[in-house]
Amino acid sequence: MTDDQKPGADLTARARPRPGRYVPHGIDDEFAEDAGATVPPSGTAGDGERGREPALPGIGVPGMLRWTWRQLTSMRVALMLLMLLAVAAVPGSILPQRDQDAGAVAEYLGDNPTLGEWLDRFGFFDVYTSVWFSAVYLLLFVSLVGCIVPRTGAHWRALRARPPRVPSRFARFPAQASVTTDLAPGDVVDRVATKLRGPRLLPTFRVDRRGEPARGGRPAARTVSAERGYLRETGNLLFHLALLGLLVSVAMGQMLHYRGQAIVTEGRGFANAVVDYDTFDKGSWFQASSLVPFSMTLDAFDSEFASETVAFAQARDFTAHVTVTEPDGTRRAEQIKVNHPLVTDGAKIYLQGNGFAPEITVTDADGEVAFSQRVPFLPEDQMYTSRGVVKVPDVSGGDQIGLIGYFLPTAVVDDDGNARSTFPQPLDPLLVLEVYRGDLGLDDGVPRNVYQLDTASLTPSVDENGDRLKLLVRPGESVELPDGLGTVRLGEDVPRYVALDLRHDPSLAFVLTFALLALGGLALSLFTPRRRVWVRAVVSDDGTTVVEAAGLARGDDTGLQGEVDRALSVLPVSDAADEPPRAGPADDAGGAGREAGPDTGSAARDETTKD
Amino acid sequence: MEMANLSVLLVWAAATALAIAMVAFAADLARLSGARVAERDTARESAMVGAGAGRVRGAPAPGATAGRGPGDGPEGDAVSRKGAGIGMSLSWLAAAMLLVAIVLRGIASGRTPWANMYEFTLVGTFVAVAVFVGVCLVREARFLGAFVTGLGAVFLVLGQNAFFVAATGVQPALQNYWLVIHVGVAIIATGILTVAFVTSVLQLLRDSRDEGTPWLGRWGWLDHTPSPGTMEALSFRLNAVAFVLWTFTIIGGAIWAEDAWGRYWGWDPKEVWSFVVWVVYAAYLHARTTRGWSGRRAAWFVVAGYACVLFNFTGVNLIFNGLHSYSGLS
Ligand code: HEM
Repeated sequence: MTDDQKPGADLTARARPRPGRYVPHGIDDEFAEDAGATVPPSGTAGDGERGREPALPGIGVPGMLRWTWRQLTSMRVALMLLMLLAVAAVPGSILPQRDQDAGAVAEYLGDNPTLGEWLDRFGFFDVYTSVWFSAVYLLLFVSLVGCIVPRTGAHWRALRARPPRVPSRFARFPAQASVTTDLAPGDVVDRVATKLRGPRLLPTFRVDRRGEPARGGRPAARTVSAERGYLRETGNLLFHLALLGLLVSVAMGQMLHYRGQAIVTEGRGFANAVVDYDTFDKGSWFQASSLVPFSMTLDAFDSEFASETVAFAQARDFTAHVTVTEPDGTRRAEQIKVNHPLVTDGAKIYLQGNGFAPEITVTDADGEVAFSQRVPFLPEDQMYTSRGVVKVPDVSGGDQIGLIGYFLPTAVVDDDGNARSTFPQPLDPLLVLEVYRGDLGLDDGVPRNVYQLDTASLTPSVDENGDRLKLLVRPGESVELPDGLGTVRLGEDVPRYVALDLRHDPSLAFVLTFALLALGGLALSLFTPRRRVWVRAVVSDDGTTVVEAAGLARGDDTGLQGEVDRALSVLPVSDAADEPPRAGPADDAGGAGREAGPDTGSAARDETTKD
Repeated sequence: MEMANLSVLLVWAAATALAIAMVAFAADLARLSGARVAERDTARESAMVGAGAGRVRGAPAPGATAGRGPGDGPEGDAVSRKGAGIGMSLSWLAAAMLLVAIVLRGIASGRTPWANMYEFTLVGTFVAVAVFVGVCLVREARFLGAFVTGLGAVFLVLGQNAFFVAATGVQPALQNYWLVIHVGVAIIATGILTVAFVTSVLQLLRDSRDEGTPWLGRWGWLDHTPSPGTMEALSFRLNAVAFVLWTFTIIGGAIWAEDAWGRYWGWDPKEVWSFVVWVVYAAYLHARTTRGWSGRRAAWFVVAGYACVLFNFTGVNLIFNGLHSYSGLS
């Protein structure tokens, strides 16, 4: 077949690099060499010439350093580092990661104490910030810089240099054509050059016309050398540089960002201040003064759930209706939805979660109100069966009270007295409480999770069989606490809460820009054909002009032959030419059709592979 | 419900068409292979042999019997390619039926029909088959047929049996135009990568056979695939397109994540594996241009990369519990 070889791969791979041209070590690139340079005797192993260089470290420390640097910036090492990067990323998807789920990490450590400790020591629960993962990508980027800087310089010079000289022999090139014409060589060269250059405003090829003195057995000739597709290398450099920009932007974002999380119930609000958040993370360059002091109120929260049987109770829509008050006092109504964060003062506010925050009032044995608050209950399943904890430390006398409760938005109580929720909307709410008394341990100064009640040292209230008592409370009802502890009341309305996440990251625009530049550069570098075309015109013995052309492409390029044919298509074929035009190497089927038109060459070529 | 049922029927029909197409393509390869054996056999007349070999070695497919007609195909010197022709027609038919099935599914659920694993499987298979028939329009690639249609049939049956969920709406996090773009582009990339993977595997097999690997000695049909170099070129072109699309998938996913989850990148298992896939294919592109790594070794990267693609789609959805658990299966 015609396409059996990677065009050009073997033809020039052993040629010497053009002076002043930078090629990363180990790159297999038929374009990096001057195709016109002398070719050493074939049969040399592929690792000739350039392969020699990394072999021997030079003498002394500088030599060693230079050798290390060359290794690091070689294609082979870049390849190894890429493979390592892929492998290094995997454990983070298998093992729980602290960043995402600290609870799961703690659980894992509890289940596998020995293995877990070793894994932890080596950073397997913080893979993406671990020393080894960072080392791989940092080395990769060092390699990238070492590779890209000289390549950029080389490309800059190539952009202003003339296309490479016409090689002496054409036979070795993957695309060839020839034609005999009555035009003089000068006219031939002018026509072909104009054709190759293409439109004046948007030239396709850079062309260079030269003369060649008679040499050896060959008469003097006029030549055209042409090169197109410089954008390919430009795109490639752009791509690699954009990756660097991406890394730097992401790192800047890490340093400058802040993020606060707050739970807000209907009718209430919060201010954008560090103290108003339940949790607050920040980068090391963050300054509190960069928080714009706006405030926000949650006016209402709407939710919709599917009621058809197929996806019963699946969430369909969540909307938080809020009012934002700017520092200057202006107010405006806004909405926050799951895919639509609210953008305000350079920060984005996301709706991360929602649930019910029933209003619970506990009156102690003395009739004093000991607790009256909205308590956020965390949903635990699709039906919003939600769990919450009430801690009542300020009792007038006797033990402190702790309540662990389940809030069921649409409760169904079966014959055994077990209750469960059957729909996420509050159609028939019910609060189920277990009651504990004792010392809640809040006074010893150790911070406690507000969603957890440590019952180990507490006494549960039990019924006559010794089972834990369960109090059922409906909205607007008051129920006696057991053991004469007092009463508990559930408010008439059940307010909703939303979990809001406010984030500010000044690097976002840069991250996006570099990502898109990388994408654009990549597309340019992968889809721009990079081709060289050479044409030589000599006057033959019978007075006609014999024009020969050859083409070389970077990588596989099925359009190359067509390009070469098109270049010659502007020449009127001499009537005196009784010989058929010469065919390309091993391309007998394509050769015959070639003179018919510019594109038949490649068409015929495609056909030859169809059998 | 009507439409949803019709969609399911069409998927089964497409799976059947692909299965038959695979048999037809396989028969075609066997026939070519037989022809080759016969060529070497100087004792027989070549014209007879072409037909005879097809009958003896061809699988019992419609292609094999139909191929015995008087007119040998125009392309083959002595061998009819009717099996391949039938395979092509069935591939076109399967693509068309899948397209209709996908559209009906979209109408039935009232949204873009690629929001869960089942739908992803349908659309991905459609893209793979469409890319295959598309490539066949511009160059000879029918040698891929048996493998692309075979994989396609397997994917559809698997989708129907393991991933099926009824057509319905989606949760709020998925209600976004990025669902159309990000997931759509990801599926297209996956479909293209599938065809590229098949090409690279054939390249590796052919290359090994050419080098005389003993267990490939009997796979004479491999001699009728294009040369390893040609297959590498085709695979690269497909991979290059898919890689750009995959890059876009990741960027689009990050933009969406920024809106939906409040961060553009969080090393969620799906994000990790999309990154791994991207890096493996980036390594492939580098390997192609690294001395000593082009050709065979680079092709192994395609195999590794595609394995990661498949794992990203199945393993990550089903095993890990990340934000991307949208398979609709529980
Ligand atoms: C963050 C790490 C890197 C990534 C993700 C990356 C990615 C890529 C991609 C996707 C391509 C394909 C574009 C094309 O083929 O034209 C490419 C090409 C290339 N890369 Fe990298 N690269 C990285 C690091 C490096 C390093 C360290 C070097 C230098 C040693 C390097 C040298 C090259 C060269 C020379 C090409 C052009 C190959 C060709 O001729 O087609 N890259 N890179």
